[in-house]
Amino acid sequence: MGKGGRRVLVIGYGNPGRLDDGLGPAFARELERAGLPGVTVDADYQLAVEDAQAVAEHEVVVFVDASLTAPEPFTFRRIEANAGGQFSSHIVEPEGVLALAQQLFGATTEAYVLGIRGYVFDEFGETISEQAQANLAAALAFLERVIGEGSFSEAAKS
Amino acid sequence: MKRIAIEPVTRVEGHGKVTILLDAQNRVKQARLHIVEFRGFERFIQGRLFWEVPVIVQRLCGICPVSHHLAGAKAMDQIVGGENLTPTAEKVRRLMHYGQTLQSHALHFFHLCSPDLLFGFDADPAIRNVIGVAAKYPELAVQGVMLRKYGQEIIKVTAGKKIHGTGAIPGGVNKNVSIAERDALLKDLDQNVTWARSALKLAKDYTVEHLETLAPFGSFDSNHLSLVRADGAMDLYHGNLKAIDAAGKAIFDQVDYQNYLDYIAEEVRPWSYMKFPFIKSLGPENGWYRVGPLARLNTAKFIDTPEAEAARKEFVAVTDGKPNNITMAYHWARLIELLHSVEKIKELLHDPDLQGTDLVVKGERRNEGIGLIEAPRGTLFHHYKVNENDQITMANLIVSTTNNNEPMNRAVQRVAADHISGKPEVTEGLLNHVEVAIRAYDPCLSCATHALGKMPLVVELVDCEGKLVDRRAKG
Repeated sequence: MGKGGRRVLVIGYGNPGRLDDGLGPAFARELERAGLPGVTVDADYQLAVEDAQAVAEHEVVVFVDASLTAPEPFTFRRIEANAGGQFSSHIVEPEGVLALAQQLFGATTEAYVLGIRGYVFDEFGETISEQAQANLAAALAFLERVIGEGSFSEAAKS
Repeated sequence: MKRIAIEPVTRVEGHGKVTILLDAQNRVKQARLHIVEFRGFERFIQGRLFWEVPVIVQRLCGICPVSHHLAGAKAMDQIVGGENLTPTAEKVRRLMHYGQTLQSHALHFFHLCSPDLLFGFDADPAIRNVIGVAAKYPELAVQGVMLRKYGQEIIKVTAGKKIHGTGAIPGGVNKNVSIAERDALLKDLDQNVTWARSALKLAKDYTVEHLETLAPFGSFDSNHLSLVRADGAMDLYHGNLKAIDAAGKAIFDQVDYQNYLDYIAEEVRPWSYMKFPFIKSLGPENGWYRVGPLARLNTAKFIDTPEAEAARKEFVAVTDGKPNNITMAYHWARLIELLHSVEKIKELLHDPDLQGTDLVVKGERRNEGIGLIEAPRGTLFHHYKVNENDQITMANLIVSTTNNNEPMNRAVQRVAADHISGKPEVTEGLLNHVEVAIRAYDPCLSCATHALGKMPLVVELVDCEGKLVDRRAKG
């Protein structure tokens, strides 16, 4: 549980069969291993509409995904609800999940995206590149500290 | 001439793009759907041990990993000589599959298609989305979310976890369903039955009320293909291959899918990475076929659950008992299957075989295995060869979207010709008509990565010399 007793949900998502796209689930696995009290950790291939309900049950949610464009080693930013542009059932964005959580379940959850820089995505494979692993370690240390301090909004500004 | 491209520009393979070529009078000269499918998976899996297959293949798709999990497991059943599963193993797998079908159909209908149906094909895109549905029809939106969640809970119980499920193994399953797990699922069952009924009513009423408009929309006569049970019933988990023509005449029936290569071939066309399957006896020109809910409703003689069967009879009555070739009827068919899935889940949850302990069978080892399943979007083929070291040496997958390749192209051509040709301006609403037809099938875009940094849907206007005339990003 974050500082001040706030319930925190961390969702790491991506395809572990697509090299660095597996950063999100790998992050979730490592964070779960850390066993932070009161922190719910989930992992999936991608976000889905029912995540909205889980988001609504927490005060803070952190979506963790690989990123092709984030400055190294990662970015951390607050997001606001937004329907976004959705073309297929295969793509749901964090802003969309948050919007659904607000619309359907009256969520007041603070939401953040932790984008970990990845490099290799275009082949099938189950390994994460060396540089991406270093970025993952840095992101992990960062979020563990932020959860411990309850300093989400400050961290997102810095 | 100018070219319109509807293209979700993302960084890796596995995406859809529509190109519409117009002449100077804005008449459609050509319309195509390109699926830039990533075929590397069949190469990637070579050298892996066969017992890893049911887990690894789930990484093909984040929306229907269970379909790949089960098709891969069925193929591996052949390798270990364990295709005659124990009652517990078959019923646990079936429960997993009906959970998968429920969650996938719920997602498809509520999240993807209901905005078009509830707000209109050319409504303001700012409201024509799932958030718009949530704002105007919150009760409906909650039902969609909760139906999907229930399907996911069933998957978690039967496959062990949401991601990298391991429930199905060669020759059986690695766990049964405990009394506590069963009771937890039974608790929410009746509510989900109620929601499934009301969702089906919505799809049926919409289709019937708008039949005059929907009947020609992206429609065409086609062959239809699916698995059916030995008595002709719909069976989403297992059966024999059946194909009918547009008038309902059987092209073949009760074909053991182990012999699929004698009946199905695939054509390569230079402008698409995705192959075009066809029925060999009819050739590539006439042998293409549709798969998925519409095809299954057309090929099945009946459905073995009472409410879905009653709904099937209503569905069939609309076309006087002939095959339904209306593309937009996919949604109605899909919701009949959604109710059928909930009915089957109810039947299975009350079956004590789920708590059995005889989980795996093995027989004579083979070096080739073929597994087929009716995935939510249609028939899914998995075919492997294995060497004496238990390594995969060959993999051939025909996914539902590949089976529907030609039909989706036909749908795009029909809508482009009927709704875009000759219009002075091609608006977002008109382009959405094309997407509505594609969404009836919901192509699986090969489940590439979806990491941050991907771009939204982009529409590009390009003249015949390749010069960019206009560019519009959706979303």
